[in-house]
Formats: sequence, C-alpha cells, structure tokens
Amino acid sequence: MSDFLELRHMKANIEQYHILHDITFRVPKGEVTVLLGRNGAGKTTTLRSIMGLNPVVGGSLTFKGESIRNLKPHQIANKGIGYVPEDQGIFYDLTVGENMRVAMKKENGETKARMEWILDLFPDLKKFWNKPGGQLSGGQKQMLAISRAYVNDNELLLIDEPSKGLAPIVVEKVMESIHQMKEQTTIVLVEQNFMMASGIGDRFYIIDDGQTVQSGQMNELKQDGVLLQKYLGIS
Amino acid sequence: MDVLVSLAVNGLATGMLIFLLAAGLTLIFGLMDVLNFAHGGLFIWGAYTGVWAYHMTDSFLLGIGTAIVIGLALGLVTERLIVRPVYGSHVQQILITLGFMLVLQECIKVVFGPDQKVVSPPSYLEGSFVVGDIVFINYRLFIIVIGLVIFFAFYYLFKKTRVGLIVRAGVMNKEMIQSLGINIKLVFMLVFMVGAALAALSGMLHAAYSGVIYAEMGLEFSILAFIVVVIGGMGNFKGSLFAALLVGLTQAFMAYYVPALSLATNMLLMAIVLVFRPQGLFALR
Repeated sequence: MSDFLELRHMKANIEQYHILHDITFRVPKGEVTVLLGRNGAGKTTTLRSIMGLNPVVGGSLTFKGESIRNLKPHQIANKGIGYVPEDQGIFYDLTVGENMRVAMKKENGETKARMEWILDLFPDLKKFWNKPGGQLSGGQKQMLAISRAYVNDNELLLIDEPSKGLAPIVVEKVMESIHQMKEQTTIVLVEQNFMMASGIGDRFYIIDDGQTVQSGQMNELKQDGVLLQKYLGIS
Repeated sequence: MDVLVSLAVNGLATGMLIFLLAAGLTLIFGLMDVLNFAHGGLFIWGAYTGVWAYHMTDSFLLGIGTAIVIGLALGLVTERLIVRPVYGSHVQQILITLGFMLVLQECIKVVFGPDQKVVSPPSYLEGSFVVGDIVFINYRLFIIVIGLVIFFAFYYLFKKTRVGLIVRAGVMNKEMIQSLGINIKLVFMLVFMVGAALAALSGMLHAAYSGVIYAEMGLEFSILAFIVVVIGGMGNFKGSLFAALLVGLTQAFMAYYVPALSLATNMLLMAIVLVFRPQGLFALR
C-alpha cells in the first residue's frame, strides 16, 4: 500500500517551547494508524502540527506525496484532511444542524448521502438537530465532532482522543462508528485507552517525549508486555 | 405626551445611528478580538466623502453609495496596514488605532478644510407630518427604517446563510473553523470592511441628521458605540441593537430633562452592566 501521509523527523513548537523533537511515521491508505503514548508525550501536538495549527520548524510533512508543511490550516483541510480535536471544537451557540452546515463544503447529492449515513449512525444528532451544540452531552458532542469531519469527502481523518471523558457505553458507540468509517477512509487516531485502540488500529506508533520511539503492527504490540509496560504503563 | 413621543422617535433615530456604528465595531471586536479605536475615523470619512458626493451631484443616494465605498476601501487599508500587524495585542491595538483615528481626523481637515460643514437632508426627506398632536420628522423616521432594514438584513445573513454561520462560528472557535477548510483571515478582512462600511454609512446618515459635521465628531460618537458594545455584548448583533436603542433613548430623554447628565447616564449604565454582567447583556458566552 502507498504511504498516504508521511512525517519525517518533524519538529514543532508551541509558542517558544520546543515540543516535538523527532516525529517520524507513515500512514498507509485505508488503514487506521494509532498514536500511543503517555500524557504529555506529544500526540495531540503531532495532530495539531499536521493540521498547521502549531508551527512545524523542522523535518518534512507530506500528504499524497505533496508537502503540506508550509500550508495554512484551511489549505491543509481543503486537501482532504478532516480533524476531530481533543476538545471536540463544537460551536456551542450553533445548533447541531448549523454545526453540520458550517462544515459542509458542498451541498450536493454525495454530501447529503453522507449526511444521511451519519444520521443513521448517530440518531441522537437527528433527535437534537435544533439543539445548540453547547447543550449536548459529552458523547453527543463527540458524535457531532466526528460527523462534522466525516460529512465531507475527506480522504484522511485525524481523530484525537475520542473516548476521553465518555461513559463506557458511549465509547463503544463511538468506536463502532470509527470502525464503520474505517471502511471508507484512512484514519490517524490518538488514543490513551489501549483496549479501545488495539481493537481498531492496524498499526501503531509510540510517541515519548516528543519522539517516535516504537512502531509496528497492532497485533504485535498486544503480545509485547514489556513495551506496553515501558511506554504505556500497562501491565 | 407629544414631547415623550418626539423624544422617543429622536432617541430611536440616534440609537439607530449608534447601532450602525456599533454593529461594525462589535463584529470586529467579537470576531477578531480587535479594539478598533479608528472606527470613529471611518465614521467621519463616511460623513465627509458622502456629503461631498451629495453636494457635488445633488444626489443623496449617491452620497450614501460614496460613503459605503469609501468605508469599504478604508476598512481594507486599516485591516491590512494598521490592524494586521498587531493581532493578539490589545495594548498595541489601542495605541495604533487611536493614533490612526487622529491621523484620519487630521486628514479630514487637510482634505476638506478645518471648518464645519452644514448639511441638510434631501428635499424628499425633509419636513414632517402630524398625527394627533405629535410631530414626526421624516428624516428621523428614514433613519429608523434604514437601521431596521440593515438589522434584519444582517440578522438574516447571520441566521440563515452559511456565510453568516461561518462568521458566528469564527467568533466562537477560530482554530476549528480553519480546520474545516475556511480561510478565517479572508473572513476577518471582509468583516472588517463591512464593519467599516457600516461606520461610514452611519457617518453619512448622521451628517444630515445633525445638520453639521466636523472632524472631531468621530471620536465623540465612537465613545457611545463602545458603550453600546460593552452593554450589548461583544460580537452580538442583536445585543448591539438593543443597547444602541437603550443608549439613544437615554441620551434623548436625559438631554431634554437633565442635559448635564446625558453622557454620564450612559457611562453609569455601562458601569452597572460591567459590574453585574461583564460579558454584556447578550454576550454569546
């Protein structure tokens, strides 16, 4: 499979602080790549840097063979990359419907079909269509955030900690939705919940102190107790 | 009774003029987090260039059109050259936009001369009519109608169109809107230009309302606009209309009954809002 997204020795800052020292990974098309690591390791900053929200100060960043390192966030998004941030980024004063409408780049038949598919997947969004985004529950906000990224024909989705702060039953629902999206798009997933990540990911990269330190197939990691203990604190 | 109604109409007309000025200010404040003290300068440039075109062509509508075009152009220049380098720093914004306000004000004197200019409404908007014992002045009603038309036009734009949703979403979360593929800087620039055009329109309408224009009136009027933005809530169009009408009515009634306390009452109103609801009465959050 061809490499869809490739980061080579990427360095990134948050303000004057050097956060990412050496991030290198490849995302093959059609797979779910999971970024794992402890809190503060640099996973979220990696996704934000791919989106152009944090300045990349070194290394290379290519999407479908084309450099996206110096592009603005909206230009990167328009290349076909959807982003679900850690805080979900819901426009709290807009209704669910308005949140979706802002996200829709086109209102053609294809987008409408995707919207219908989403609403079948997340009936709560249809139910609360006219409710302000700020009044949704945590799980509903996450569903809305994922839907907003998926409603356009994005070829790559960057999803940051979708299970964070959600009840187990809601996590299951969210994971099921990502499973279904996996059939149609490539996904980079940041996730602390290893059980969840291991059930959905094809390959993994472990980030520690701003560097990628390990990588491989997810099936191998499940068997590697030493690695799990060393970098993720799982025994 | 007739005095009360006359004062109310007067207050509503003043409120609408303040609304037009404050609407641009609140958008710029709310969406871009920019304290634009040059807004009053755009107001006077709208007034002077609009009146110049009106007097040259004898067409009031052409005067309004000229004011709007000058407002758009000055908005573009102000955003690109003055404001863009100081995004994110309120102190720098206050200093540079206040300085630019003074530059705009002094340039008025250079271009149009230091003397006051007398302006009267066009003949078809002059005069008044009587209902019962109450006299309604045509031009004041015209201003109220224009203010309402603009309010509803923008209300529709913000509520019903995707462009409006993008602006509202941009007020709430600039990063997310960019991550959805929207060029927020372009949106910022257009909002700034529209805000400047509203200020210029307000200046032109105010010229024929007050009957006289002078270079310093921009700063005086923009103080009222800032009071309105604080009371109504940053970035809130509906809040601006409510607060502008409140300030306009307060101004009209106080100017009649206790003239010395006219501006002080509005300041007091703002202080009360700041104490009990610092985000403004209609703030988004």
